Amino acid sequence: MSDHTTAQDAVPGRLPVPKTYKLYVGGAFPRSESGRSIPVTAPDGRHLAHAALASRKDARDAVVAARAAFAPWAARTAFNRGQILYRIAEMMEGRRDHFAGAVVDALGVPRPRAEEAVDAAVDRWIHYAGWTDKVAQVLGGANPVSGPFDNASAPEPTGVVAVFAPQDAPLLGLVSVLAPVIATGNTAVVVASESAPLPAVVLAEALATSDLPSGVVNILTGRTADVAPALAAHEDVDALDLTGAGALAADLERAAATTLTRVLRPGPRPDWWALPGLGRITPFLETKTVWQSVGR
Amino acid sequence: MPDTVATWTAPGNAVLRASLDALPGVDEAGVHARVAALATRSVKTSAKARAIDLAVRMVDLTTLEGADTPGKVRALAAKALRPDASAPDVPPVAAVCVYPDLVPVAVRALRGSTVGVASVATSFPAGRAPLEARLADTRAAVASGATEIDMVIDRGAFLTGDYRKVYDEIVAVREVCARSDGEPAHLKVILETGELAGHDDVRRASWLAMHAGADFIKTSTGKVSPAATPDVTLVMLQAVRDFRAATGRQVGVKPAGGIRTTKDALRNLVLVEETVGADWLDPRFFRLGASSLLNDLLMQRAKLTTGTYSGPDHYSAD
Amino acid sequence: MPRPLSPADGAPARPAPLGYAPAPESRASVRLRPAYGLFVDGSFTEPGDATFTSVNPADEQPLAEVTTATEADLDRAVAAARRAFDGVWSRTSPAERGKYLYRISRIIQDRARELAVLESLDNGKPIRESRDVDIPLAAAHFFYYAGWADKLPFAVPGVPAPRPVGVAAQVIPWNFPLLMLAWKIAPALAAGNTVVLKPAETTPLTALAFAEICQEAQLPPGVVNIVTGAGGTGRALVSHPGVDKVAFTGSTDVGREIARAVAGTGTRLTLELGGKGANIVYADAALDQAVEGIVTGIFFNQGHVCCAGSRLLVQESVAEEVVGRLKERVTRLRLGDPLDKNTDIGAINSAAQLARIQDLARAGREEGGEQWSPDCPLPGSGYWFAPTVFTGVTQAHRVAREEIFGPVLSVLTFRTPEEAVAKANNTPYGLSAGIWTQKGSRSLWTARRLRAGVIWSNTFNTFDPASPFGGYRESGYGREGGRHGLEAYLDV
Repeated sequence: MSDHTTAQDAVPGRLPVPKTYKLYVGGAFPRSESGRSIPVTAPDGRHLAHAALASRKDARDAVVAARAAFAPWAARTAFNRGQILYRIAEMMEGRRDHFAGAVVDALGVPRPRAEEAVDAAVDRWIHYAGWTDKVAQVLGGANPVSGPFDNASAPEPTGVVAVFAPQDAPLLGLVSVLAPVIATGNTAVVVASESAPLPAVVLAEALATSDLPSGVVNILTGRTADVAPALAAHEDVDALDLTGAGALAADLERAAATTLTRVLRPGPRPDWWALPGLGRITPFLETKTVWQSVGR
Repeated sequence: MPDTVATWTAPGNAVLRASLDALPGVDEAGVHARVAALATRSVKTSAKARAIDLAVRMVDLTTLEGADTPGKVRALAAKALRPDASAPDVPPVAAVCVYPDLVPVAVRALRGSTVGVASVATSFPAGRAPLEARLADTRAAVASGATEIDMVIDRGAFLTGDYRKVYDEIVAVREVCARSDGEPAHLKVILETGELAGHDDVRRASWLAMHAGADFIKTSTGKVSPAATPDVTLVMLQAVRDFRAATGRQVGVKPAGGIRTTKDALRNLVLVEETVGADWLDPRFFRLGASSLLNDLLMQRAKLTTGTYSGPDHYSAD
Repeated sequence: MPRPLSPADGAPARPAPLGYAPAPESRASVRLRPAYGLFVDGSFTEPGDATFTSVNPADEQPLAEVTTATEADLDRAVAAARRAFDGVWSRTSPAERGKYLYRISRIIQDRARELAVLESLDNGKPIRESRDVDIPLAAAHFFYYAGWADKLPFAVPGVPAPRPVGVAAQVIPWNFPLLMLAWKIAPALAAGNTVVLKPAETTPLTALAFAEICQEAQLPPGVVNIVTGAGGTGRALVSHPGVDKVAFTGSTDVGREIARAVAGTGTRLTLELGGKGANIVYADAALDQAVEGIVTGIFFNQGHVCCAGSRLLVQESVAEEVVGRLKERVTRLRLGDPLDKNTDIGAINSAAQLARIQDLARAGREEGGEQWSPDCPLPGSGYWFAPTVFTGVTQAHRVAREEIFGPVLSVLTFRTPEEAVAKANNTPYGLSAGIWTQKGSRSLWTARRLRAGVIWSNTFNTFDPASPFGGYRESGYGREGGRHGLEAYLDV
């Protein structure tokens, strides 16, 4: 811009329209109710944008939205959930450049590497889209009990999952933790990478234009420590994925104990590029076993 | 008695079916579990002694063979009157149960006693004869002095859903049980549960028979397997309990066929005790249709009295 | 009116109940020591300085003195388990591990009557249940998991070579002492772990008998260690730094405490906690069997059952009839000597539990519930509570919300299936639920919507080693039983 601007020629050219990065709650993009934001910088120190600074109130709103979305989302057919996850992949693919830019900004990686991450993220949605209607067969089945009974176990989603997205893999890592949670019918409140939240907001925009029902995924940006305790202790949060919770993890696990909230503890640093197993699906499933009397 | 029979005489088959189909269903596994739990009841010492004597008093001592003869029936009657020659305190059984043509023999042999004469009638066991023939069969037995008639229902009609026909036939048989000179012969209605389509049918057939005026509902002819399973007996006991609650009339239950041992008999009495209670612990309301059971009851009774196990040859084989 | 059918001479004018003469099971098979030490590293220690008394809750007579394990004792037990894990058990071939479990199962069967009597003495439960449920299921559980030991590559999808976790600390409740031990130890050992197990303070005796069975089975020393004591011992055990895995069955409050204690340590945790199970009776149910299921649901084991059907939800159109039938049925329950073979309701396990039940029953009355019990004389000594039905209960009442863990049923009504499901799920718990209907599609519709880990349709309180058991929400996490039960003991 400055290349075209001279002292004599002070009439501004077209002014670019920078994006306002907001929260994603209940299918809408609200600013934080606190009215606050935090500056987001690239690894090289360059200012990128302001991201909404989610408050505890925003976290509660997100839980309310996720709870409302849970029963209908879980009740969708597995096939339908698979289609919707596939549609998310389509939406991401269509914004490939946009996502790649966000990853370059967030991680400071070369463009080709960022594009690879976007491609991997797209493929991850497709991977989990294929799981939706297979999990029950793999993890459930008939139990050969004694007596005149049919007995079968099947997995069911746990409910509302608070997902602490990895800090250092703001797109591929985020998708890798989010997709398995919602694939099986859970709804999610995602706390995005604190230092690199912008890819998460870009993802929210893709989600909003996919067929994903409102409230199934809610994304909070800001400081993890601001919202994490409220989420971990929230009685209406059924499970925590502490992958990105860092040093807060032990305290959050302790807070979760009060309502027996399920916890996926942070493990060794995951290789987000590797094909996942069931390790991020099973922690957010319950096993329901149904006995049925058999008789004429 | 409330006007149950009167109101039930009017409706057509559709209403009859709707009414019977509206009865609560029966869960087979649940029935079986309850029976299995009650089978673990321990009836010992003094309780066992009382129960054995009660069981003896409930026996319908039965012979229903093509080879039955007057001699066989006379021997049976003697056994019914005095089951154990060596133990005069053994009470007589409730009744002997014979084919219609042998009723006069049984009546003669049991005259003046408390032992009833029951006769299977209505073209036992299949019931596959014209109604007139079945009624004639019954009339003959009643005329010969039978105090109890064990009729079979038309299972074919029941299974085709013609409840009206089954009902009307029971009413017709009940009418020919009447006597001008006194007490009518009491009517036991055999459902032949082994030929019905499960416990739901047993409950429906029970109510149908009770509405039509049965004094007893009886499980089986003894000619079809399975006969009196404890499961079926439980379902029928629940039916008579509910029928009394609904109408005030107490109907008896007679499991028949397959009850051979004291253990079988005691299991039946436990079912009565824990399902319908003491009101039915009486030969007027519970019978055990059996032929070989009596001797086992006597052997177990002797064991309780003497402390040693006895052998079959110490009891008459009739 | 009934007409006489040839009444026999001398027949009583009115029929009398059959009655059952007393039929006590013999205590002769039980050989109790006066005092027990701990079972550590394959042998019993001398009884410790600090002991407590295990009493028979049916007559308050002492049964045996039992040692309170000290922290040093726990250190030794955990160290023994670690040595056994590293040195022997993890190197024993899977098939051989399985054979030890088969052997244990067989010995439990051989000693079934002794164990049943001992369980009834220590716990207060009717011998009919210890004999027909607890002990056979415990043996079956070992038999079931024995077969898994050499099939672990098939236990967890996608994990072809799962490894054991290591040393498991296991704390079990007093309601099904030996059965809960089996639920804990069998999968742990099958998966290749070693264990330190603490039985409940009021019911340690069958666990100590099980220690003898381990000796009899020649299980390598240290693979199973049994430590006794009260809550403090349990607390110390689950937070012991030497354990890799904690498994607890008991109250939700203690479960929370354990989850807090374990937080941040990386110790793996499974919890099987309380419940307030709904038993839904639709108008089209097989009513007689539904009534049986209601009775089994709440009065089995004196209601000391985490998955008890303690909230009856009955459709309004049949509520009166069902409650009437239920009361008639409850009147026939036989309360008394746990060792009598005809007893249906035994003793409450402890004075403390009795006080809690009494307290909640009082709250039920004070909140306006109508309390009913059959005319049921209670024995003079011991801890007893008559089977109790509360009607006029709403979701807001304490007796409808709190786990009573006793023979107390709360009756609520509903109008539509939607309302039934909403009320059933309106609890922080999620362990069990029952459905009674003859309509298969309605049963499945309901089962889908119930948020509970175990759903019984036209049955209740049925158990099987092959059937995964465990709760949603505040009823805990993890499953016991079946293939699922192995996952808690495999590092996957």
